[in-house]
Amino acid sequence: MEKKILITIDGKEIAAKPGQTILESATENGIFIPTLCHYSRTTNVGACRVCVVEVEKARSLIASCCMPVSPGMVIRTDTKQVRDAQKMIVELLWSSGDHNCLTCEQNGQCELQNLIYWLKIEEPRFLINSPGIALENSNTMIQRDLNKCVLCGRCIRACNEIQVNEVLDFSMRGSRAKVGPAFDADYIDSSCVFCGECLQVCPTGAITYKQAKFAGRPWEVDKVKTTCTYCGVGCQMDLFVHEGKIVKVSGNREHGKPNEGSLCVKGRFGMDFIAHPDRLQKPLIRRSKNEDLKEASWEEAYQFVADKLTAAKKASGADSIAGLSSARCTNEENYLFQKFMRAVIGTNNVDHCARL
Amino acid sequence: MAGLAAAFGSGAMTNSIEELEYTNLILATGTNTTENHPVIGMKIKRAVRQHGTKLIVIDPRKIDLVKYADIWLCQKPGTDVAVFNGLMNVIIAEGLYAKQYVEERTEGFEALKATVEKYTPEYVENISSVPADDLRRAARLYAKANKASIIYAMGLTQHISGTDNVKTIANLAMLCGNVGIEGGGVNPLRGQNNVQGACDMGGLPNVYPAYQQVANEDSRKKFEAAWGANLSPKPGLTLMEIMNAAGSGQVKALYIMGENPLMSDPDLHHVKEELKKLDLLIVQDIFFTETAQIADVVLPSASFAEKDGTFTNTERRVQRIRKAVAAPGEAKPDWEIIGGIATQMGYPMQYSSAQQIFEEITSVTPSYAGITYRRIEKEGLQWPCPTNDHRGTKFLHKDRFSRGRGLFHAIEFIPPAELPDADFPLILSTGRVIYHYHTGTMTRRSQGPSERCPESLVEINPFDADKLGISEGQMVKVTSRRGTLQARAQITGKSPQGAIFMNFHFAEAAVNLLTNPVLDPTGKIPEYKVCAVKIEAA
Repeated sequence: MEKKILITIDGKEIAAKPGQTILESATENGIFIPTLCHYSRTTNVGACRVCVVEVEKARSLIASCCMPVSPGMVIRTDTKQVRDAQKMIVELLWSSGDHNCLTCEQNGQCELQNLIYWLKIEEPRFLINSPGIALENSNTMIQRDLNKCVLCGRCIRACNEIQVNEVLDFSMRGSRAKVGPAFDADYIDSSCVFCGECLQVCPTGAITYKQAKFAGRPWEVDKVKTTCTYCGVGCQMDLFVHEGKIVKVSGNREHGKPNEGSLCVKGRFGMDFIAHPDRLQKPLIRRSKNEDLKEASWEEAYQFVADKLTAAKKASGADSIAGLSSARCTNEENYLFQKFMRAVIGTNNVDHCARL
Repeated sequence: MAGLAAAFGSGAMTNSIEELEYTNLILATGTNTTENHPVIGMKIKRAVRQHGTKLIVIDPRKIDLVKYADIWLCQKPGTDVAVFNGLMNVIIAEGLYAKQYVEERTEGFEALKATVEKYTPEYVENISSVPADDLRRAARLYAKANKASIIYAMGLTQHISGTDNVKTIANLAMLCGNVGIEGGGVNPLRGQNNVQGACDMGGLPNVYPAYQQVANEDSRKKFEAAWGANLSPKPGLTLMEIMNAAGSGQVKALYIMGENPLMSDPDLHHVKEELKKLDLLIVQDIFFTETAQIADVVLPSASFAEKDGTFTNTERRVQRIRKAVAAPGEAKPDWEIIGGIATQMGYPMQYSSAQQIFEEITSVTPSYAGITYRRIEKEGLQWPCPTNDHRGTKFLHKDRFSRGRGLFHAIEFIPPAELPDADFPLILSTGRVIYHYHTGTMTRRSQGPSERCPESLVEINPFDADKLGISEGQMVKVTSRRGTLQARAQITGKSPQGAIFMNFHFAEAAVNLLTNPVLDPTGKIPEYKVCAVKIEAA
C-alpha cells in the first residue's frame, strides 16, 4: 500500500495519493473546481488561473492544477475570494477576444461559455476589445479564428506532448501573444500534418473543424462510436451524424485503447468518400463480353452470379473458381466469404491482399 | 507472417501498441511509422521525447523517425539480412546475448552462430554500406537494453527475401531474450484496418479460421460438421497464383470482394491481361474501381460507416464498428450480398445481423471463443481470448512459445532480384504517404487529404537530380523493364543516393506499372521495395 496524504477540501477529509495535485484529488472525490487551460493528457501549466483555491496559511490563492497535495492541507474551493478571482479572470478573457456565440461552431460546447454561465456573469465589466486578427481560411480542414483564442496553450501542448509533431508554439509577447506554427505561418504553409489534435483540445471556437461549420449544432448531432477504416491501428472514433450525413469526426472521448482519443489526418479528415457521388448504388451486369455494364436488380444479379458460378463449377470443377476476400471488410464478412468459397463452391482458392 | 509463424509458432504482433511507449528501446525497420501508422508513430515519438526510450532506425530512407533516433543505419535497399546478421555477429562475438534464455527457450542456436560468423561489421559494410562502427554501436545498444521491441512493416516484407528478413529479426529478438516479455517482441504493423482479422477468419488458401489447416483431417471434419458440407483437403492458390492461373485459363471465374488488384498488384499491364481472360469476374466494392471497370458483374456494397461488425487491429484487438448512416441507393453490407448469392445457389446463408455471424465465428474459432459483442461494447479484447472470463492477451509467448521452443533460422543474405545496371541505374521503392491510403479510392475522394497531397511525386536525392539535370517540380519520365509513367520530381534528402521513392495512390501515375512481380518464395509477397528504373526529363 502506498502511503496516503490526509487533506481537507471544503470540510471533507480526503486521503490523497502522494504526488497528486489538489485538482486531481478534488476531482477524484467529486468536488468540482472549474478549469480552462488544464488538459489531463498534457503537463500542468497553470496558465489561466481559473482553478484557483484558498489554501490555509498560503500567502495568496493557489492554482490547484499545479499544486501537489501535502499533509494537513486545508483547502476551500468555493469562498467569495475564490469566486471573485475566477470572475475577474474570466471577464478579462471574455473582453480580450471576440466571443460571438451566435455564429460560433462551439456554441453549446465552449468551455469559456460554460464558465461564464457557471459563474453567473451577466456581462464583462471591461470594454470588449477584439484583437482583430484575420480568420485563417486557407485550408479545407481546420479553421482558425485567433480572436477567440484564450491563450490556454492546449493546442501547443497537444501538438508537442500528445502528437509530438512539434509544429505549434507561442509567438510574440504580452497582449500581442499568439499561438501557431513558426513564423506565424498558416497551417497549410507549415509542417503541420493535419492530425487535428489541436482542434479537438481547443476549449473555445478558436480552432474548429472547418467542414462541420453550419452542418449541425452540437445538440443536434448524434455521435456513433466506431473503429477507423484506414490502417491497422484501429483507432476508436466518434462519427458525428446530422440528418443522415457524417458531418465531423473526432477521436473517441473516452480516451480508451488503442489511440486514447488521438487520430491522424486520414481518420479525421478522410471520411468524405462515404457520401461521395461516385459511390456505387445499383448492381451492374455485363451480359456478354462485348456489351457494356448495365444496371440490374439484386434478384437479377444474384441469379446471374449463381447461374454462372454453378455452370463454371459443373464444367471445369470447383478449383476453376477463386475468390479474394478483403482486409478492408469486417471479420463477419471475411468469415462468410471463406465459408462461401469452401462450403458452397468447394475450393480453398481464397486469399486477400495481406501481402501487398 | 510466415516468418514469425516459423520462428515462434504464431504469426501476429507479439506485443501491444501501448507497450511501445514504455519500453527501453525500439528498433524500427522497414516502417515509416509516422506516415503509415501515425498514431503508433506518435507513441514512439512520445517514448523518445518523454520516457527516455532509445530508438534505432534501420531504413534506407531518411524518414521522420530518423530525427528522433539515437542511431540510424542507412542500408542499401534489400540488404536487410546482412545488416541483421551483422548485428548478431557483434552480439555473439562480444558475448552480449541472453545465454540462459537461448539455452532454455530456443533451439537452433549453433547453426545460427555458424552462419552469422562471417557477417563481421566490415563484411556487412561492404554489402550494405552501413559503417562498421555504427553497426557495432547499434548491436551493443540493442543487446544491453533491458527490454527492447522490434517493429516492422512492408519495408521488410516486400522483398524476395521478405520471409527471411522476418526470420532474421525474430532471431535477433530471441538472441537477446526479448520475446515473451512486456515491452519486447517482434511486432509487424499491419497496413490495413482488418488484415489481421481477414487472416484470423481464414481468408487464406491453406487455413480455416484461427489458422486450422485445411490439410489436417481433424480440422476438416470439424468444419464439415459445422457447415454441413464436404470440404476440399487441397490447399488453394495464393493471390498471385490466382492471377497467373487466370492468365493460363486454369481459373475461369473470380469473385473479388473489396479489393482493387488493378492498382495494388505488381506489373499492372500483365494483371489486366490475366483478368480479361476470365469467363466471369465479379467485383463487389463501394466504388467503380479500376478492377470493377473490367468486371462482368459489379455489386455495390456498404462502407464501414453503414454497417455493424468487427475489425481486428494490428495488436489482435477485436473492436466493433457501428452503423452510423444508411448506405447509398441499393448498396448492401458485404455479408448480406454473400448470403444472397449462397442462398441463390441452394446453400441458405441467411443471417439477421452481423452479431449472429459473430456468434457462429466464436463457435469455430478457439482464439475468439470468449469474445462477445457485449464484452467489446466499450473496449476491444485481444485474442487469444478462449473463454468468457478470459481478459484477453496483451503479449504472446510468455514462458513458452506457441510452437514450444523458439526456432532460430540460419539465413544467408541474397541480393534483390533486379539490381541497377547501366540501362536502369536507379532503385525504385514504393510505399504510402501520410495523406493517402493504398490505391487511393477513398482518400482521393476526400477534400482535405487531396488538398495537402494532390499528385504523385518522385522523391529523388539532390545528387542524383543534379547528375540527371532534374529540377524541383519538373515532370519526369520513370521507366522500368515493364512500363513507364510520368510524375513530378521532388528533390529531397529523404531518398538516399541511387534510389527513388514513389507512392502507389495515384492511378494516373500507377507505380505498379513499373514494379517487378517476382515473389518471396514462402510469403508470396512481391518485391515492391526494389526494382531497377531509369529517370529522364519528360
